[in-house]
Amino acid sequence: MLAGISQMLAGIARELIGLFVDDGMLAVAIIAVIVIAAIVASLTPGIAAGVVLLAGSLCVLSANVMAVRR
Amino acid sequence: MTWTSAAPAISAAFLGSLVEAIEALTIVLAVATVRGWRTAGLGATAGLASLALIVVVLGPLLDRVPLHLLQLVIGVLLLLFGMRWLRKAILRAAGVIPLHDEAAAFAAGTAELRQHQSRLDWLAGLASFKAVLLEGLEVVFIVIAVGAGRGLLLPASAGALGACALVAIAGFVLQRPLAQVPENTLKFGVGVMLSAFGVFWTGEGLGVAWPGADLAIVGIAALFLLVAALAAVTLKRPIEVSP
Repeated sequence: MLAGISQMLAGIARELIGLFVDDGMLAVAIIAVIVIAAIVASLTPGIAAGVVLLAGSLCVLSANVMAVRR
Repeated sequence: MTWTSAAPAISAAFLGSLVEAIEALTIVLAVATVRGWRTAGLGATAGLASLALIVVVLGPLLDRVPLHLLQLVIGVLLLLFGMRWLRKAILRAAGVIPLHDEAAAFAAGTAELRQHQSRLDWLAGLASFKAVLLEGLEVVFIVIAVGAGRGLLLPASAGALGACALVAIAGFVLQRPLAQVPENTLKFGVGVMLSAFGVFWTGEGLGVAWPGADLAIVGIAALFLLVAALAAVTLKRPIEVSP
């Protein structure tokens, strides 16, 4: 029974991580976009970081799903 | 709090929770079919109790986190969570990966449980517990994500509770998986909304002054919807192979 419970806890932990990270490349690319946006925000206050964040996220999403086609 | 600021949070929490509650219901129904409602109910109740404990213990900590940091952390997690949903929904809509089938999930769940006849009771209870806890954690995350950044936790919670109650009543009355619900369409829509909230909150956390304040979420969501729909249509087209 103990083995079953520890297996279940490990499964829950795996699934919790899986909530946010399914495709590793997508997660890494999103984090990269956020880091670039943070750098832009520290250099230029205003909307520029928001544009980088939005455009970057849309590009990352398109590139990721289109990569499946290739 | 105005209706224009509360409505996106309520609808995102309602639709997101609807998807999660349907997935949890399928497992609980599978357990009830194989081992009866007592085992399924005990597991589900234990899952709900654990969930309530997590919310009661960790909930008050949210007030202690500085708002900009909270917005940034929630925004980043929401971007990861929402874009993961949206990616999967695009690939399913395009037929690249199969649609999630509640009837098939129910059949697989019951078949798996029947393989372990000797230790069926506690295993079935654990399956019910795990389903309610995991899907419930996703519901809690969605509520916090769409509600905490602007003090909209109550309307977001109301949306989520409404969805869970609706699914529980439908499941109790019908006693079969809700396979007719267009889950991928829901997931597509919720993925768009969660990704839009993610970009918005991450931007707020970084100090971005969005034009139109909260209304910017609508514009961001429209762009995500456009790009996701275009991607799904493009992926559906057969690849032309040159002779």
